[in-house]
Amino acid sequence: MHNVLLQYLTVLILTAFVGTEIIAKVPSILHTPLMSGSNAIHGVILVGSMLILGGATTNLQEVLGFLAVILATLNVVGGFVVTDRMLEMFKPRAAKVKETPKDEVAP
Amino acid sequence: MSRGTLIDLLYLFSATTFIVALKGLGSPKHARRGNMVAAFGMLVAIVATFFNYVDGHALRHVWLILLAMAIGVIVAVPTARFVKMTAMPQLVAIFNGVGGGAAALVSITEFIHIKSTHPATYVILEVLLGLLIGTVSFAGSAVAFAKLQELMTGRPVTYPGQQLINGVVGLAALALIVTILVTASTSLLWILLALAFVLGVIFVLPIGGADVPVLISLLNAFTGLAVAASGFTLGSNLLIVAGTLVGASGILLTRLMSKAMGRSLSNVLFSAFGSVITASGATTRDDGRSVRSGSPEDIAIMLGFASRVVIIPGYGLAVAQGQHVLRELAELLESKGIEVFYAIHPVAGRMPGHMNVLLAEANVPYEQLLEMDEANSELATADVALVVGANDTVNPAAVDDPSSPIYGMPIIHADLAENVVFLKRSMRPGFAGIENDLLYNPKTTLVFGDAKDTLTKMVAAVKAN
Repeated sequence: MHNVLLQYLTVLILTAFVGTEIIAKVPSILHTPLMSGSNAIHGVILVGSMLILGGATTNLQEVLGFLAVILATLNVVGGFVVTDRMLEMFKPRAAKVKETPKDEVAP
Repeated sequence: MSRGTLIDLLYLFSATTFIVALKGLGSPKHARRGNMVAAFGMLVAIVATFFNYVDGHALRHVWLILLAMAIGVIVAVPTARFVKMTAMPQLVAIFNGVGGGAAALVSITEFIHIKSTHPATYVILEVLLGLLIGTVSFAGSAVAFAKLQELMTGRPVTYPGQQLINGVVGLAALALIVTILVTASTSLLWILLALAFVLGVIFVLPIGGADVPVLISLLNAFTGLAVAASGFTLGSNLLIVAGTLVGASGILLTRLMSKAMGRSLSNVLFSAFGSVITASGATTRDDGRSVRSGSPEDIAIMLGFASRVVIIPGYGLAVAQGQHVLRELAELLESKGIEVFYAIHPVAGRMPGHMNVLLAEANVPYEQLLEMDEANSELATADVALVVGANDTVNPAAVDDPSSPIYGMPIIHADLAENVVFLKRSMRPGFAGIENDLLYNPKTTLVFGDAKDTLTKMVAAVKAN
């Protein structure tokens, strides 16, 4: 077996445990923002999409890569903005001052 | 330090922010900051990627990348900002689906790219898994979106031999994967893509509208796993960490969600829940039991005499857009020295925690929101339980009728309160299609009509008293 593969599998297994540990104590009121927030995090596929388009040498690869970057950007930006909008509403009564909404990701 | 090492360090930083962010999202105090932290980490990773090398070359097509990103931002920001909060589940579904689609596209392109180099079997396997899972997530999310947006029926879609057909398609996909592992054929890859698409659709069709949120959570975990598979192919620890985090936490979250409905995950996915039970509601109605109905003014007087009121909101409240009036009523009662709480069932609304978001949008302070267990201990000493647009989540059949399809689901015990008031549109059973005995209980009063209208009348009447 390849050494690199073994290293990736190690990262995978350890992260899987981290992922379940940090979620175990989440109160149910935050389940929806949590789902939405983790939805934004898997938008990191944007990095993979950029590498694919950035390494494209044929037209087919360019088209597929271009589409991938668009879809992944939708996932990242939409994910973070929706989550922020949800969480904006969880402010205690005292701090009801309206802030101007700002975008989190401006790639 | 070499450029590659620096970029890898920045990726490590991003991966760390994702873990910190998920932890932050678990507490009401730090959740928003957690989301910001993840967004910052994502920005760092994206900027670093512009300086990355692919196959020994600097990134090509930088302007094309920027153009694609600009298109994504221009579409995503207004959509995410201005879609109504009641439509949030479908929004999450669609943003999840496109992520799965991106992962599938990355896998396809990578397959074409590496095919000429005669890659090891495990490399092809990683690519194919990314393609399969990503495409299932994409197609499944699209159908889930259509169900929630009511572009198609929210009822489970069933046909004879459904389980068998799904099984055959699934096995065919697996067989195809094995064949591609051996032959590395690109034309078979397109067939696998089509098959994965079909699989995503038929997997979601038999799942009823009420269960779709659980499904979205599962598809979210799928996309995470597809991203992790892409990480293996591209040799990116960042993608592996982020994808696995989402995959692992998403699967756990999905189990928590189905547990809140008192059902197992396989029951949610494979039983076409809610397709047949609707008819049984009508038969039990002829046994001569009567309900007591009252006017909004009657209820206002009842509330005026109470010292402790527990409000139990359901999706009907959100549909009627009555959250703001409800909060007004609660504040009015509080100003008269009456204690008011909101009892939130974990699956109230269309997603777990959805109701909290909808109430928070109406500026209900979250200190007043009680989770189910806490609410149940308060209800025993409550004078009035005010059920607004909820039904199944207070149905005692879940506790005392083993034949009921919702038997075993944890409920909010509205029946413990001195008086129970239902604001309902009609006698129609709730989303699960099951008759509710509590409606016929002597201590129950029903107020028929649109929840918002009724609440507005109640506010006026309480003010007048």
